[in-house]
Amino acid sequence: MSAHASDGTMNLKLIVWRQKGPNEPGKFETYEARNITPHHSFLEMMDVVNEDLIKEGKEPIVFDHDCREGICGMCSAVVNGVPHGGFKRTTLCQLHMRKFKDGDAIYIEPWRSRAFPIVKDLMVDRGALDKLIQAAGYISAHTGGVPDGNATPIGKRTADYAMDAAECIGCGACVAACPNGAAMLFAGAKISQYAELPQGQVEAPERVAAMINAMAENGFGNCTNHYECQAACPKGIDVKFIARMNREFVKALAQDKVGALAQSGK
Amino acid sequence: MRLFSDSIGRKVVMAITGLLMVLFVIGHLLGNFSIFAHGINAYAEKLHHLPALVWGNRVVMGLAVIVHVILAIQVTMENQAAKPTKYKVERYLKATFAGRTMIWTGLILGAFIVYHLLQFTIRKTPGLVLEQDALNRFDVFTMVVSQFKVGLIALLYVVAMGGLFLHLKHGIQSTFQTLGLSNGVMLPRYGALGKVLSSVFLVGFVAIPVTIFFGILK
Ligand code: HEM
Ligand code: FES
Repeated sequence: MSAHASDGTMNLKLIVWRQKGPNEPGKFETYEARNITPHHSFLEMMDVVNEDLIKEGKEPIVFDHDCREGICGMCSAVVNGVPHGGFKRTTLCQLHMRKFKDGDAIYIEPWRSRAFPIVKDLMVDRGALDKLIQAAGYISAHTGGVPDGNATPIGKRTADYAMDAAECIGCGACVAACPNGAAMLFAGAKISQYAELPQGQVEAPERVAAMINAMAENGFGNCTNHYECQAACPKGIDVKFIARMNREFVKALAQDKVGALAQSGK
Repeated sequence: MRLFSDSIGRKVVMAITGLLMVLFVIGHLLGNFSIFAHGINAYAEKLHHLPALVWGNRVVMGLAVIVHVILAIQVTMENQAAKPTKYKVERYLKATFAGRTMIWTGLILGAFIVYHLLQFTIRKTPGLVLEQDALNRFDVFTMVVSQFKVGLIALLYVVAMGGLFLHLKHGIQSTFQTLGLSNGVMLPRYGALGKVLSSVFLVGFVAIPVTIFFGILK
C-alpha cells in the first residue's frame, strides 16, 4: 500500500507515554518511525526514533534495556496493551519488526503497577522484585566448602522442574500483565525452585511465609487466577508454580509455621 | 491467625467457602428437580422433618457467605489499589470476562441470595400464594408458580443464574489452583470441569422459572 513496499521498509506511528520524572504528570505523544526494516528489533526501531528526536533537538524516549538478546530481563514496555507485545516467549528486545505492517499505529506504555513507580518515560523502578529476593529468594543453610560435583544427586525430573522455574529473568512482565499488580508468578517460581531441591527444602515453610509478607509490604496485589502472567511471560513460566506456592503455604500453615516464622523476620 | 490475613491465606479461605457453596448448589439443584415430577411438596416436607440438617446447613452457609463476601471485598479493594493506572490499550491474552467480573457477579449473587431467602424461606415478598395442598402439606409448588408467572421475577432469576454461571466458570478452576491442588496437567481439566458444572447449573436452575413462565410446567 505504500511507497516502501518495494524495499520492505515501513513507516509506523508510535503513541508513546512520556513522563519527565517519578512525580510528574505524563501524557501520550505521537511520533513517526521512518524507514524501519523487518529486521529491526523493537528496541532498534526505538533507537531510530530517538536518533531522529536528538537531531530535532528533542529529548529521546527513555527505556530500559541491556543484553538485547532476551536473557537479562531489562527491556520492558507494554506494546499494544501487553507486556513485551504479547508474542509467545519473546522479550521486547527479541521482538522483530516483521511482526508489524507498514502504517501500523503502536501504543507503547510503561509497566503499570503500584509496586513499580515510573522513573522516566518507559523506565520503571523494579526494585520491589529485589526486595522479594532479599526477603526469601535464597538459601541460608551453611553448606561448608565447595561440595563435590555429585555429592547430592538430583534426579532428572527434579532438576528439570527446578530449571523451568529458574528460567525467570526477573523482567516483571507478570506484574505488569496482572490486573491485580500481583507478583505471584515471580514469587511462585522462586518458592518452587527452592522447595523442589534438597538444599532449599529445609527452609521451605519460612521462605513461603517471608515471601508472602514481602509481597504485601512492597505493594503487590493478590492472585485471582487470571493467568495473564503466564501468557505474558517471555520465558513461559507456568502458573503451576503458583499452585506449588499455594501448596507450600498450606503445608507451612499445617505445621503452624507461617505466623511464628514470618514474625521472626526470616 | 495468618489464614485470615495473609494474601494466600485469605484466598484459601475464599476457596474453601466457595467450594462449600458449590456443594450446596449441587444439592439444591438436585432437590429442586423434584419440581418437574411434582414432588417438591413432599421433598420440602421431608426436609422439614430433618431440622438438624436444615439448620446445620443454614449455619454453615450463612457463615460461608459472610466470610466469603468480606474477604472478597477486601481482596478486590487491595487489588485495585495495587493497579492504580490501567493501560490505554486494554488487551488480554488469557484473562476472561468471567474472571475480571468476579466481584460484580459475586455481588449480584449476594443480592440475589437475600431476595431469594426473603421470598421462599422467610416468605415476605409481595404476591406469594401461601396455602396447603390436598395432603395438608405446605404447598411449595403453588408458591413457586405464583412467583414465576410474573415476568419480571422470572427474568430476575435468569439474570442471577447468568451471574452464577460466570462466577463459577472462573471460580471452580480457581479453587483448585488456590488450594494448590493444581499442576500443568490438571489445570485445563479443572477449567473444563468448571465450564461443564457452571453450564449445568445455568440450564438446570433457569429451566424452572422459564418452564413455569411459559406454562410448560403447571
Ligand atoms: C455473595 C456474594 C459473593 C461475592 C461478593 C463473591 C465474590 C468473589 C470474589 C471477588 C472472588 C475472587 C475471584 C477469584 O479469586 O477468582 C470469588 C471467588 C469465588 N467464589 Fe465468590 N462471591 C460471592 C458468592 C459466591 C457464591 C454464591 C459461590 C458459589 C456458589 C461462590 C463461589 C466462589 C468460588 C468457588 C470462588 C473461587 C475461590 C478461589 O479461587 O479462591 N461465590 N468470589
Ligand atoms: S534487553 Fe535483556 S532481555 Fe531484553
